[in-house]
Amino acid sequence: MAPPPAIRFDRTGQVFSARSGRVEALRDVSFEVAQHEFLAVLGPSGCGKSTLLRMIAGLLAPTSGSVEVYGRPVTGPREDIGIVFQKPTLLPWATVEENVTFPRRHKTGRVSRADRTRAQELLEMTGLEGFGKRLPDELSGGMQQRVGIARALLMDPEILLMDEPFSALDALTREVMGFDLLKMFADRPKTVVFITHSVTEAALLADRVLVMTGRPGTVQTEIAVPLGRDRGPETLKELAVNDLASHLRDLLIGKRAA
Amino acid sequence: MTSPRICATSSSASGQPEMAQESWPAPAVTPFRDALAAALRRAGQIPGLATLLTLAGTVAFWEVAVRLFAVPSYLLPAPSAILGTFGVIGWDRWATHIAATLRVALMGFGLSILIAIPLAVLMMRVQILSRTLYPLLVVIQSTPVVAIAPIIIVVLGAGDAPRIVITTLITFFPLVVATATGLAATPPELIELSRSLRAPGFREMTQIRLPFAVPYIFSALKISITLAVIGAVVAEFCAAEAGVGYFIQVSTSLFKLPQAWGGLLVLAAMSLALFQTVILVQRLLFPWSLPKSR
Repeated sequence: MAPPPAIRFDRTGQVFSARSGRVEALRDVSFEVAQHEFLAVLGPSGCGKSTLLRMIAGLLAPTSGSVEVYGRPVTGPREDIGIVFQKPTLLPWATVEENVTFPRRHKTGRVSRADRTRAQELLEMTGLEGFGKRLPDELSGGMQQRVGIARALLMDPEILLMDEPFSALDALTREVMGFDLLKMFADRPKTVVFITHSVTEAALLADRVLVMTGRPGTVQTEIAVPLGRDRGPETLKELAVNDLASHLRDLLIGKRAA
Repeated sequence: MTSPRICATSSSASGQPEMAQESWPAPAVTPFRDALAAALRRAGQIPGLATLLTLAGTVAFWEVAVRLFAVPSYLLPAPSAILGTFGVIGWDRWATHIAATLRVALMGFGLSILIAIPLAVLMMRVQILSRTLYPLLVVIQSTPVVAIAPIIIVVLGAGDAPRIVITTLITFFPLVVATATGLAATPPELIELSRSLRAPGFREMTQIRLPFAVPYIFSALKISITLAVIGAVVAEFCAAEAGVGYFIQVSTSLFKLPQAWGGLLVLAAMSLALFQTVILVQRLLFPWSLPKSR
């Protein structure tokens, strides 16, 4: 029997009961993410993309259907998952290095020498060498988000959840960050669920794109990206990327017009 | 604060003649005006000079006005008469009064911090406490402390205790509210991170919520420290054997108005010094929590 997929959604729904009434965020969502696959989730704002991530992380239980990680239903917060948020949300009083080791200090109350070495490695990997003693405030938005990524990778999680991580950055920084991210995964493969509302970003970075519709969020279609993992700035010029991006754009806009 | 403005006006005033000097022969007065403008510009860069000049100007105007119109000293004593009382009273008596007021203000303020911050933490953690305690706090806050003060004095009797309680009552409400607001204003992402790590709840409080509340707490501390001086004075008005508030009351009842004004001056200086101390503590211990000056 084949090993179970890293993540599996099976007819999953999520209904929030607000004061104004029931709000259906997700309906009948089914998809799988294979081990070490990079899945981009693309959709209009308010289609429940972030809700999806919170259910994988175990911060939110589905109201119908199921969410499985490695073949087991998610029942509570999972520690083997790293989360990168839209905003870096660092601790302004802590140095970059302390921010990276924060998950360990927060969980156990102390940081070991091994953790500090690991943090140093991660800072090198994310291009923040020499910035360990700086405060977040002294860093640019892009560098702050790199700290956020390093923090998410401290515990070496198998699964990395990224919630529009580059949406607050300028276009150029955004591209560079994306390719740097792929480079990092080349050495240490991770299963990635990457939320975005940029069609180009989805086409450039992902192995597969899950296109969603809005309110309630449902899976519109899944599209495999016809590119290898070895991507860089020159990939931007490839026809396949542009074709895919415009196809994705059509899917999103067509749905909105209808 | 006001100094850059003086600097700006003086430089713009000097800009004209300086430029004129280059293109054609300068009028005879320009060197002097230039020197004056340059001096003004330099003076504008000395921190606090503008504030000092404003103060000095006000005092001088006050002195001249009182003398010119022969205002009786029980209506408005001249600054010179007020300052004169400092010598008459003697520094050891001043020191006694200042120490008494400072002791009550600081102990009330300290007690207020000790109660307010744990209370805010508790209210954050336990929803029921928040719902039950908050209305009670509002009721306490809505009751004029000046009105309860005599009752507290009767209940708690002689000594510092009633005065400290009065000071605490007047200072702790802003602290509780600000701390509770700060604890709730933490970025929700970090709370999710904490939950996803399955970290113990007290660390969410000590490592995330409380530090994020620090700027809020210090805003409230700045309000509370000046309220503490007010609380101590109110208490001294009701019952005391020493203290600057007591001194003012006694002086007024003896129609020694310049003395009373002297006491007022001391209180203002005390409030200002305590306020600046709070700012200094924040700058030294939590420099990251200060607003960015850009």
